[in-house]
Amino acid sequence: MKEAGVKAWLPSLLRLVLVVLLIAFVTNPGWFEPLLKPLTENNAPAIYNQGSLLTLTLLHLRTVLIATVAATIVAVALAILVTRPAGVEFLPLSRSLVNIGQTFPPVAVLALAVPAVGFGEKPTLIALFLYGLLPIFENALTGLTTLPANVVEAARGAGMTGWQRLVKIELPLSAPIILGGIRLSVVISLATATIGSTVAARTLGEVIIAGLLSNNLAFVLQGGLIVAALAVLIYDGLSAIERYTARRMGQETA
Amino acid sequence: MIEIEGITKRYDATTVVDDVSMLIEPRTIAVIVGTSGSGKTTLLRMINRLVEPTSGVIRLDGADNRSLPGYQLRRSIGYAIQGHGLFPHRTVAQNIGTVPVLLGWEAARIKRRVDELMTLYQLDPQAFGPRYPHELSGGQQQRVGVARALAAEPNVLLMDEPFGALDPIIRNKAQEDLLAIQKRFGTTIILVTHDMEEAVHMGDKIAVMDAGKLVQYAKPAEILAKPASAFVETLVGASEKPFRLLSLGRVRDAVETGAAEGEAIPDDASQRDALAELLWSGRPALPVKGADGRPLGRVTVDGLVKRAARPA
Amino acid sequence: MTIRFDKLGVVIAAIVSYAAFAAPFATFRANRIVPGEARSILDALPAAAGPLLLAIVVGAALIALLKTPLILRLAASVVALAALALLIGVSGSFLTPEGNTFARISPASGFWLLIFAFTLLLADVLTRLNLSPWARVGVLVVAAAAIGLLLVSGSWNSLSILKEYANRADSFWAEGSKHVTLALGSLAAAVISGLPLGILCHRVEKLRAGVLNVLNIIQTIPSIALFGLLIAPLGWVATHVPGAAALGIRGIGTAPAFVALFLYSLLPVVANTVVGLAGVPRAANDAARGMGMTDRQRLFGVEFPLAFPVILTGIRIVLVQNIGLATIAALIGGGGFGVFVFQGVGQTAMDLVLLGAVPTVAMAFAAAIILDAVIEMTSTRRREAQPA
Ligand SMILES: Nc1ncnc2c1ncn2[C@@H]1O[C@H](COP(=O)(O)OP(=O)(O)OP(=O)(O)O)[C@@H](O)[C@H]1O
Ligand SMILES: [Mg+2]
Repeated sequence: MKEAGVKAWLPSLLRLVLVVLLIAFVTNPGWFEPLLKPLTENNAPAIYNQGSLLTLTLLHLRTVLIATVAATIVAVALAILVTRPAGVEFLPLSRSLVNIGQTFPPVAVLALAVPAVGFGEKPTLIALFLYGLLPIFENALTGLTTLPANVVEAARGAGMTGWQRLVKIELPLSAPIILGGIRLSVVISLATATIGSTVAARTLGEVIIAGLLSNNLAFVLQGGLIVAALAVLIYDGLSAIERYTARRMGQETA
Repeated sequence: MIEIEGITKRYDATTVVDDVSMLIEPRTIAVIVGTSGSGKTTLLRMINRLVEPTSGVIRLDGADNRSLPGYQLRRSIGYAIQGHGLFPHRTVAQNIGTVPVLLGWEAARIKRRVDELMTLYQLDPQAFGPRYPHELSGGQQQRVGVARALAAEPNVLLMDEPFGALDPIIRNKAQEDLLAIQKRFGTTIILVTHDMEEAVHMGDKIAVMDAGKLVQYAKPAEILAKPASAFVETLVGASEKPFRLLSLGRVRDAVETGAAEGEAIPDDASQRDALAELLWSGRPALPVKGADGRPLGRVTVDGLVKRAARPA
Repeated sequence: MTIRFDKLGVVIAAIVSYAAFAAPFATFRANRIVPGEARSILDALPAAAGPLLLAIVVGAALIALLKTPLILRLAASVVALAALALLIGVSGSFLTPEGNTFARISPASGFWLLIFAFTLLLADVLTRLNLSPWARVGVLVVAAAAIGLLLVSGSWNSLSILKEYANRADSFWAEGSKHVTLALGSLAAAVISGLPLGILCHRVEKLRAGVLNVLNIIQTIPSIALFGLLIAPLGWVATHVPGAAALGIRGIGTAPAFVALFLYSLLPVVANTVVGLAGVPRAANDAARGMGMTDRQRLFGVEFPLAFPVILTGIRIVLVQNIGLATIAALIGGGGFGVFVFQGVGQTAMDLVLLGAVPTVAMAFAAAIILDAVIEMTSTRRREAQPA
């Protein structure tokens, strides 16, 4: 009994500790200097000193947020389009395109976006947007095409219009699967955004790249760990929302 | 009143419903029976235009069912789908309130109606209203499905094997509830079933379908007495016929004068139940009592056996 | 007779009319760094060739626009793509002034949009044809052969990307082989260690959640950070473990990239092995046990063959992902096509970026098609073997 209690509590406790550590680190990195100092050589600084970690973290999150919101809107709209009677002709093609698109490495997308829009945040946004589209689109498609047939029939039988069925039945029912796509997309984007710093976007990649250039392991580690912690927490949070929505419908989740 | 006139549905080359015509009187129950794949569901769904017919006309109270947009038509017709089809992401109360919300009823009226229906179906609105469908038993889900179909007080109710998944006791109860509701609101019901027992018990008229064609449409007694074809005969079940015939009649219609020993049988029980009781207890006669407990007379084995014989 | 439009055809025709008439076909630059000047189709090609190309793309777009037989659409897309591929090379020689070695001609947005539009048409036709796995690989081989022919024939040599190539042909192949080694080598290592780990996780339930969680967390570490973090431990191994340095283990370079790719590859391999084994029907396992198979016989005779398509799917994910991620190795001196990408970004020389990006995308694409075909073949064979 007691053991089960500890087991149930442990993940929440770990999450809480992670959140506290993360906030403490980005707001007061100085506190952690002694921990990172052994990783540096020749008395190099142990804490990133060319900008505030907090600002970079917020900019990083902002970039990912903008790209993900845009990708979600476009991907879900497209998925809706190709699952309506008028757009159903495009369904097989859109599946092939998603398959092809997934083979484009993010670095290539990033580099190829530079000539079109120049350096800075824009190419990063484009790469994150394009790369984020795919998992969301794929999941939205799965969600919208695997709805329980008799539920959709019942909605039609109750006299819902096409729009009402979409908004009241189809989208809410596929919400957990769509959320799963968003979760994948966000985790990919969080990591990919760091590469954006190679084209001068202001993200946490800046810290890592500064570390690689000056051979300062402490920088690489702190940049990497902040991104990983963000990814783990966001992944966890979105999984929880996903499980909650799925449970409300009596669906099993993996 | 529902008039079905020369309705045909073809998918590519196969004719699924073939030139069916039938007339369903207001405030009656028409039951459609037939083997699997004979076109029952398709016929039903052409009434609320979930399926558009290839040819033919369906009129509801004289008006062609194509005179309204499909979704508006469907809001005025209750539809209990094969296998309940509850919305898994909405509570029981929200599920039942679906059509009233679509029709724009005000919140208080919807709540009243939902509570009324839930009470009618012995689901405590306080306890069950906020639950989600997956938190109900199969029988409860089925009842919610029927309640949802009834919510907007439709004049016409289409039911596709609504009691299919229920155990015999719950099914009996659900059938009685439906009959009571039908009497109370005067609903016209078209019900699809595989169960001949249910058809004879519930139907004012029975429609027998075979391979898309309507082979017989008549009162239960007539279907039993004069099956139109060998197919209907098998469907009805030859060895069951006398008992099915008896199950159509009530004890009060078979009362003879005189007295008998033992526990009295209520006058609204079916004649079939009375015969079963007689045979089981080995007595030649049973006393009959009215709803108020007054003795009315008796039923006898001989009298019932005569009634079970093929009508002239 | 009424004229009926194809919905996708409307989109294609719109893109083609913009790309052919309003967008530049090629860009001319006096040298590789300066901004370019745009040239339309008629300006970029010799007198007869310009109108010919316009006629071909407009004709093909019309075929796409109307409801036409698949075979005609296939022909239209192939002809248009071939004409574009040939004529962009012609445009290169036409626009390069005689004897000028600094001038750079590159395809411009109009060209890329036309390629996109007709690839879309081709993809649609191929999707609708519902090709068998072998036929898909066949199409891939034919396309690769055609491109190879164009490259070898030298008809593209006057294009800027190939001028970049000509300047560094040796390092191109060296980095290319490093790229392939990184991607395939780390995949092989991941399969060799991931399969047993997956089987172990399948058998020992206590281990499963823990192992998968750790692998999941590794996936969240951004690639450039993981690459960087491995520099230190590998550097330590190189200096402290006898013989390690002789094996090529170094703090920077290929070793940390290899290890990082290996770590990223583990999750899909292990997770799909676990999922695949868990999906083996209980009845099949029981039957195998009932016939007296040992655990090992059951694993290799029943479980593994049945789980194979799922495991292959994991391998496909890893391969495509590794080909892409290997570009990042360049940031820590690990080599690969990323070298050109990052050099190009640094020098704002887009042709150099393309020199790195195009082969990477092509490899990932080919890998995806081939593995998809293999997966489909193995899973259909399995389906046929099981009576319905
Ligand atoms: N959309 C459709 N396209 C093609 N054929 C259909 C379609 N819908 C139904 N059918 C066919 O029409 C026939 C009748 O189907 P229907 O659902 O009306 O049968 P049913 O009598 O309700 O059967 P059951 O008792 O099994 O529910 C079946 O053979 C079915 O396969
Ligand atoms: Mg049916």
